[in-house]
Amino acid sequence: MQQTIAQKIIAKAAGADYVSPGDIVTCAVDLAMIHDSGGPRRAKPILERLGVGVWDASKIVLISDHYAPCVDAESAAILKLTREWAAEHNILNFYDQQGICHVVTPERGHLCPGMFAVGGDSHSPTGGAFGAYMFGIGATDMAGVLATGETWIRVPGTIRIHWTGTFGPGVAAKDMALKMCAELGMDAGDYQAIEYGGDTIAGLGMMERMTLANMAAELGAQTGIVEPDETTAAYVQSAGADPGDWQAFRSDEGADYLTTHDFSANELEPQVAAPHSPSNAVDVGDADKAHIDQFYIGACTGAKLNDLEMAASVLKGRHVAPGKRLTVAPASARILAEAMRNGTMQIIMDAGANLLPTGCGACAGYGVGTLAEDEVCLASTARNFQGRMGAKTSKVYLASPYTVAASAVTGTITDPRDLLGDAP
Amino acid sequence: MTLTGRVWRFGDDVNTDVIAPGIYMKSPLQELAEHCLESVDASFASSVQSGDIIVSGKNFGMGSSREQAAQVLEHLGVAAVIAPSFGGIFYRNAFNWGLPAIVCAAVNGIEMSQRIEVDLAGGSITNLDSGISVASDAIPDHLMGLIDAGGLVPYLEKKLKD
Ligand code: SF4
Repeated sequence: MQQTIAQKIIAKAAGADYVSPGDIVTCAVDLAMIHDSGGPRRAKPILERLGVGVWDASKIVLISDHYAPCVDAESAAILKLTREWAAEHNILNFYDQQGICHVVTPERGHLCPGMFAVGGDSHSPTGGAFGAYMFGIGATDMAGVLATGETWIRVPGTIRIHWTGTFGPGVAAKDMALKMCAELGMDAGDYQAIEYGGDTIAGLGMMERMTLANMAAELGAQTGIVEPDETTAAYVQSAGADPGDWQAFRSDEGADYLTTHDFSANELEPQVAAPHSPSNAVDVGDADKAHIDQFYIGACTGAKLNDLEMAASVLKGRHVAPGKRLTVAPASARILAEAMRNGTMQIIMDAGANLLPTGCGACAGYGVGTLAEDEVCLASTARNFQGRMGAKTSKVYLASPYTVAASAVTGTITDPRDLLGDAP
Repeated sequence: MTLTGRVWRFGDDVNTDVIAPGIYMKSPLQELAEHCLESVDASFASSVQSGDIIVSGKNFGMGSSREQAAQVLEHLGVAAVIAPSFGGIFYRNAFNWGLPAIVCAAVNGIEMSQRIEVDLAGGSITNLDSGISVASDAIPDHLMGLIDAGGLVPYLEKKLKD
C-alpha cells in the first residue's frame, strides 16, 4: 500500500504497518518541545496532581524564549520557575534564553527525519522542514505527553503543495508562504498534513524550508512537511545528530493525496500582507503606501541567519530612513554569533538598526520592542492578528526580510528589488 | 452513552476568539465564560443550561490553540458540540476537557431550541421534535475513554493508578 510521509511516520510511531486517514491511533512521542510560556508553569500542577514525573527527560527539549529576557517581576518569576522545573526534572536539553524554540531545537540536533514530535506552540509545524511529523498541542495535552510519552492522533490526509520554477533575486520563501495564504486561505489546511514538494522546494536551504513549514500553521494544517533529502541530512549531521534512514521517510510514488495545489515560483513577486491577516497578501507593487513606525526583523519565521543576510544584502551601504526605527531580534544566540562572524551584523548595525536580545521579542507582544497604540509595524514575522505585537490598536503588515529592510531604508513599503546591489 | 438536550444553533467558522474572547483571557475562567460567544449571541452565556448542546456549521473552534475555548463551554454545562467539521486543535482540546465534539455532516434540519438525542458511540442524532434521525461519525473508543473519565487529566489519573 502506497503511503505519504505523514502516514509512514505516524504508522511507525503507532507501532503499525499502515494507517489510514481518519484512523485514531496512539503514538509514542519521539520529542516533546516546550517553552517557558506554555510549558512548566502549566504542566507542573498537572504532573503534581497525577503524582508523576516526566516520562523521559532525554526526549524533552525546554526553551525559555517567550518571556526572555524578562522585563518585570512577573516574567522573571516565569523564567525562574522554568529553571527550577528543569533542574527538578533533570531536563538536560534546557536552553535558557538561547533563542526561539522552533530554531534552537533543530540547531542543537534534536530533530531528525521520521520523528513523531509535538510542541507546546502553534508554530511547531516548523519541525516538518526536517522531515519530522511535528505539530502543536495545548497545555493539558502536553502535560499528558510529559507524563506518559504518548498522545493520540487522527491520521490526517495529505495535501500536496507543489512548487516549480525559480524565484528571482529579492524574493524568498516568506513570499511563497504569504502567496499561499492569499491564494488558498487560512483554512485550506483543514488540520490535515501539508506536504511541500517540487523542484523549487528541493532547491531551498533548510532555513527557507523552515519558513514554509512554520507558516503551515497559517494555512490551518496540522503540520507542513518537506521531504527529507541530501540537504536535510547534511543539516542534521552538522547539528550533531544522526539523520538515520531518512530515505525511508519519503512519500511513495502513487500515494493518495487529498488534493494537490500547483504554484509557479518563476513569476512570484515580493508579497506584503496588510493587517490583520496573512491572507491579505498582495504583490508589493499593489500594497498600500501605509505609514510605518517600526520595521521589525524577528521571530522564528523571519530572523534566521539567511533572513539576516537577506536584510544585510539590502542594507549594505544604506541607512534607515530618518525618524524610522529598524528593530532586529536574531532568532538564536548561535545565529547572532555567526552573523557577527560573517559580517552580516556589522552591515545591519551600520545601517542604524536597533538590536534586541534573541527570543520571541515583539512578535507576540510578550517581550521587548512592542508597539504603542496606533503604531504600525512592517514585520518579517508570521502573524498579523489585531494587536498581536502590542497595543490593541497597533497594526502589523507582513513581508520578507528583504522587503522589511528595503522599506526601512525608504521609510515606506518598498520593492526590495529596487535596492539590491551596492548602494549608489 | 446517550445525551438528550436543547439545541443552541450557530453558523460556520465560530472561532476560538469568539468563544473565549482575548481581552478576558487573563481573567478567571468564571468571568471569561460570562463572555463566551457574546459577539454571536449575547444571550448565550446567561441562558445556556447544563445539558444544552451546540449545533453549528463547519469549522467550529477554528483559530488559536487556547484550550480555554473548550474549557469555558464545559464550564457552562454544554454537553456536546456537533458540527460538520472542527478546528483541529479545538477538537483535541475539547476531548481533553471532557467535552464531546461530534462530526456530523447532516446538521441542516436541526434548529435552535429543538430537543435532540445524541448516541455518542453509536453515531446517530435524533431530532425529538421532528422525529428525524441522521448519522454522525461515531466517537472512537479512545476518545470515548476521555469523555467517560471527564477529560485527559482525570483519565490519566485513573490510568496511572491502575
Ligand atoms: S517568534 Fe513569534 S511565532 Fe515564533 S515562537 Fe515566538 S511568538 Fe511564536
